[in-house]
Amino acid sequence: MSVPTQPAATGEVVVHRKRRNVELLLILMACCFGLGGWVMTHLALYDALPPNLEVVAGLWFGMAILAHLFVRFLTPYADPVILPCVIVLNGLGLAMIARIDQIPDPPRTDASSQLLWTALGIVLFLAVLIIVRDHRRLQQYPYLLFIAGVALLLLPLIPGLGVSLGGARIWIRVLGFSFQPAEVAKILLAVAFAAYFYEKRDVLGLAGKRILGLDFPRARDLGPIAVMWVFALGIMVFQNDLGTALLFFGLFTVMIYIATQRPAWPLLAGVMFLVAGFLAFNFTNHVPRRVNAWLDPFSNFDANLQIISAQFGYAWGGLFGRGWGMGRPGLTPLAKSDFIAGAIGEELGILGLLAVVMLYALISARGLKAALLCPDGFGKLLAGGLAFIFSLQVFIIIGGITRLLPLTGLTTPFMSQGGSSMVANWMIIGLLMVISHRARMPQVATATPQELITPDDSTAVISR
Amino acid sequence: MNSPLRKVSIFVALMMAALLVNVTWISVVRTDDLNANPGNRRVRDAEFASDRGAILVGNTPIAITNPAEGTFPFVRTYPSGPTWSSVTGWYSYDYARSELERQYNEELSGTGSVQAVSRIIDLLVGRTRQGANLTTTLNPAAQAAAVEALGDNQGAAIAMNWESGEILALVSAPTYDPNRLATLDLSQARANWDELLNAPDEPLKNRAVREVFPPGSTFKLVTAAAALESGMLPSSELDAPQSLQLPNSSRSMGNSTNCGGTTVTLEQALITSCNTAFGTLGMELGGEQLRATSEAFGFNSPSLIDLPSAPSRFPTELDEAQTALSAIGQFDVASSPLQMLQVTAAIANDGHMMQPYVVRTVTGEDLKVISSTEPREVGAPLTEANAQLMQQMMEAVVSDGTGRPAQINGMTIGGKTGTAQSDPDRPPYAWFVGYAQEPTVAVVAFVQSAGVERDDISGGRVAAPIFTAVLEALR
Repeated sequence: MSVPTQPAATGEVVVHRKRRNVELLLILMACCFGLGGWVMTHLALYDALPPNLEVVAGLWFGMAILAHLFVRFLTPYADPVILPCVIVLNGLGLAMIARIDQIPDPPRTDASSQLLWTALGIVLFLAVLIIVRDHRRLQQYPYLLFIAGVALLLLPLIPGLGVSLGGARIWIRVLGFSFQPAEVAKILLAVAFAAYFYEKRDVLGLAGKRILGLDFPRARDLGPIAVMWVFALGIMVFQNDLGTALLFFGLFTVMIYIATQRPAWPLLAGVMFLVAGFLAFNFTNHVPRRVNAWLDPFSNFDANLQIISAQFGYAWGGLFGRGWGMGRPGLTPLAKSDFIAGAIGEELGILGLLAVVMLYALISARGLKAALLCPDGFGKLLAGGLAFIFSLQVFIIIGGITRLLPLTGLTTPFMSQGGSSMVANWMIIGLLMVISHRARMPQVATATPQELITPDDSTAVISR
Repeated sequence: MNSPLRKVSIFVALMMAALLVNVTWISVVRTDDLNANPGNRRVRDAEFASDRGAILVGNTPIAITNPAEGTFPFVRTYPSGPTWSSVTGWYSYDYARSELERQYNEELSGTGSVQAVSRIIDLLVGRTRQGANLTTTLNPAAQAAAVEALGDNQGAAIAMNWESGEILALVSAPTYDPNRLATLDLSQARANWDELLNAPDEPLKNRAVREVFPPGSTFKLVTAAAALESGMLPSSELDAPQSLQLPNSSRSMGNSTNCGGTTVTLEQALITSCNTAFGTLGMELGGEQLRATSEAFGFNSPSLIDLPSAPSRFPTELDEAQTALSAIGQFDVASSPLQMLQVTAAIANDGHMMQPYVVRTVTGEDLKVISSTEPREVGAPLTEANAQLMQQMMEAVVSDGTGRPAQINGMTIGGKTGTAQSDPDRPPYAWFVGYAQEPTVAVVAFVQSAGVERDDISGGRVAAPIFTAVLEALR
C-alpha cells in the first residue's frame, strides 16, 4: 500500500452548490411521470379521468414535497439528482401496478397498498435523515448491527411467523402484512461490514502471508468478518434466497476490494463465483433449468412461458411501446413484481425501458460520486457498497428479464410490487443522501483527520 | 480508497451499458422473429380482432370475415368450405393457419410491409385496420369437378394453365370444412381439431403440394426427357428383357405390361410403360444425368408455388441398381403431385417451365392493387424440339397405349399413367399426368389408396377418370 500523499493544506474551502431549488423543480417534474401514466391508463381504458385524481395527485405531490423539505433542512448539501430519479421510478412502478390492477374484472387494488408502502418508505427515508445526522456514528457498532441483521435473517425460520412462498422461506407475516426481513438485514449487514472493513483495512491489506501471489490477512483479522459472512450467506442459501445471497456476495467483494485496494480479492471472488456456478449447474436441479430457459427458452414453451411472454411483450411493444393501458402485460405471470420491467418495455417501449435503465444508472453514479467525494473511509465504503449492490440488483433482474443473464428472482428497486423492498431501498437512498450531504459540505480542502498520517506515527512499509 | 472506487464505478458503468446494449439488441434483432412466432398471443389476438381480407374466386368470396358477437369482433367464414379447403386452408385461434391463410397472412391481416403506409393512414383517421383481399386464378367448375371426381379417396388433383402457370383447380382429398377450425367457440374448435387430426384418412394433409410420394411410371417422362436431351431419339432402340437383373443386387426388375418385344424403341417403351427398357435406359444415362434433368424440372428445390409446399426429391450418389429403379420412379424418388404437373406442363409448353401461382392480385381496401403476379418463365428443362418430341410420344400414350382411359372426344391429349409402390404392404398409388392442346390445361390426378392391381393399366384406370372429369369441366 502506498502512503497516501497528503494534500497541501491551503486553507481554501471547497463549497459545493446546494442546488435545492433545482431538486424541487426536478421533483415536481418527476411526479408528473407516474401521475401522467396513471391518468393516461384511465383515459385509454375508460375514456375518463381517474375518479379520485385530486386526492391521489395531492397525496403524491405532497409526499414528494415533504421529502424535499426534510432534505432541504436536514441534508442541504445532498446530491440534488438522486431524489427526483427515485421519484420517477417509484411513480412509474405505482402507475404500472395500477395499470395491471385494471386487467382482472373487477379491478384489483394492489396499487393502493403499494402507495401505502411508498409512504412508509418515505417516512423511513426521513427517519434515516433525522436519526443518522452523521453516518460516522453508525461506524461504532459493527457487531451489534451484525447480530441485528442476522436476527432479522432468521425471523422467517420461526414457526408461526415465517411463511414459505415459491420454495423460498424468506417471508414473515405480521398483522396480515407480508414482509421480507432480508431486505432490511441487507442494509444492517452492509453497515456492519463497512465498519469492520474500515477499522481493519490496514491490517487486512498489509499483515499476513503471501499464498499463490495473494496477500492473505492474518486469521485474527479476517476471521471475524469471514465467520459473519459465511454465516449470513449460509442462512440465505438455506432459505433458498439465492438472489439476495448473490447481492450479498457482491457487496462483500466490493467492500474488501475498496478497503484493501487489492485486485486479487475481486479476482478470487470471480473464481469462487464460477466454481459455485459450475457446482450448482451440475449438482442442483433448478440451476440448469434456469440456464436452459435463458439460452433456449423456446425449447420448452410451457415451462418458460414467463420469460418468453416477456420477450413477446417487448416485441409487441416495439420501439415506442403500445402506450399506457394498451398493451397486454397481464399475459406475463408476475408482471407486477419480478417482471415489471417487462410491462414497462411493452407499454412504454424499448425507449421507455432504456430510460428506466438510465435512471438506475444515474442513481448508481450519484451514489458512487458521493463515495468518491466522501472525506472519510467508512462513508466511502458504505456509499460505494450500497451503490454497487443497487446497480448489481438492477443488472441481475433487468438482465434476467431481457435474457442477458439467467433469470434470478429479485425485485426491481422502487418499481416491483412488494413492501419490504420498497422500504429498504428508500432507507438505502436515505443513507446515500446523508453520506452525500457530508461529502459535499463545505470543508477545508484537506484530507480528514482520520486520513492524516504524520511522519511520527506512520508505519513504514518496506517491500520484501 | 478512490482508486478501487473508480474501478468499481467503471464496472457499474459496464453493467448498465450491457443492459442498454441488450435491450437495443432485442429491439433491432429479435423483434421480427418474436412477432412472427405463432405462440405470440399478443400478435394472434390482435390479428384475430382485425378485419381480415377476403379470398376471392372471380367475384365470389371463398374466405371472408364476418362481424361476430362475443370475445372477438370478427369470425372467419368459408362459404362452401370443403370445396376450397385445400386452397384457403384454415384460420384458427389455437391451431394457427395453413395454405393461403398462412402464405398470405401478412397481406390478409394488413400487417405486411407493403401496407405500412395505409396502416399509418388508418391510424391517423381512426379507421379500423382492414386486410387486403386476394384474387385467385381458380376456376369454380374445375375445382368442383375435381372434388367430385376424387370423392372419398385419399388423393389430389391439380389443374394448371400450362401457358401461364395459373392454377385452375387444386384439391387434396378428402376435403374438410375449415369453418370447424375457425369457429370462435374455442373448445368446439379444439374438439374438431382433434377429430380432424386423428381421422384415419388424414384430411388435414395437403396431398397436392405438401406431401411427396413415389411418382412411379409418371417419372418415365423425366427419364425420357433426359434421354432426348442427351441425344437420343424416340426411335432409338432399347433393350427390354422380360426381367432385368439389377447389378450387384439379388433383385430383378420385371414388367407389368407387355413391352412388345425384347428390343423396343423409346417411344414404344413409353407407350407401353416398359419398366425394363427404362431401367436399362436409366443405367445407360447414369444417375447424374437423371438427377440433372429432374433438378431442371424442379426436384430437390423448394416449389415456386405461392402455397406452403414440400420440395420433391431425387436421390444423390446412386449405384447402378438404384439408378435403374429411380429411372422408373421408384427407390427414393419422391414427388408431390404439383411437381409432376410441372413436368407435364413444361413439356406441353414446348419446354418453357412457368411458375405456378394461385393468387393473381392482392388488393387493398380501396381496391388498389398492392401486388400482382404475372406469368413468369422459371426454367427451360428441355429444348423446344425435344419438348415437341415428348408431346408426340405422350399423345401416342393416350391414343395407343396405357393412357387410353384419358381419351376425350375432340381433344388432343397427351399423358402418362403411373402406379407406384411405396412398400409391398400398402396398396399402390395411382397416378395420371396429362395435358390438352386446347384448352391449354395440364392436369395431375393422384389417388393414394386406390385398391388396384399392381400394374400400370390399373393406375390409369383409377386416376384417368379424374383427369378427364377436370378437363371436361374446363372445356
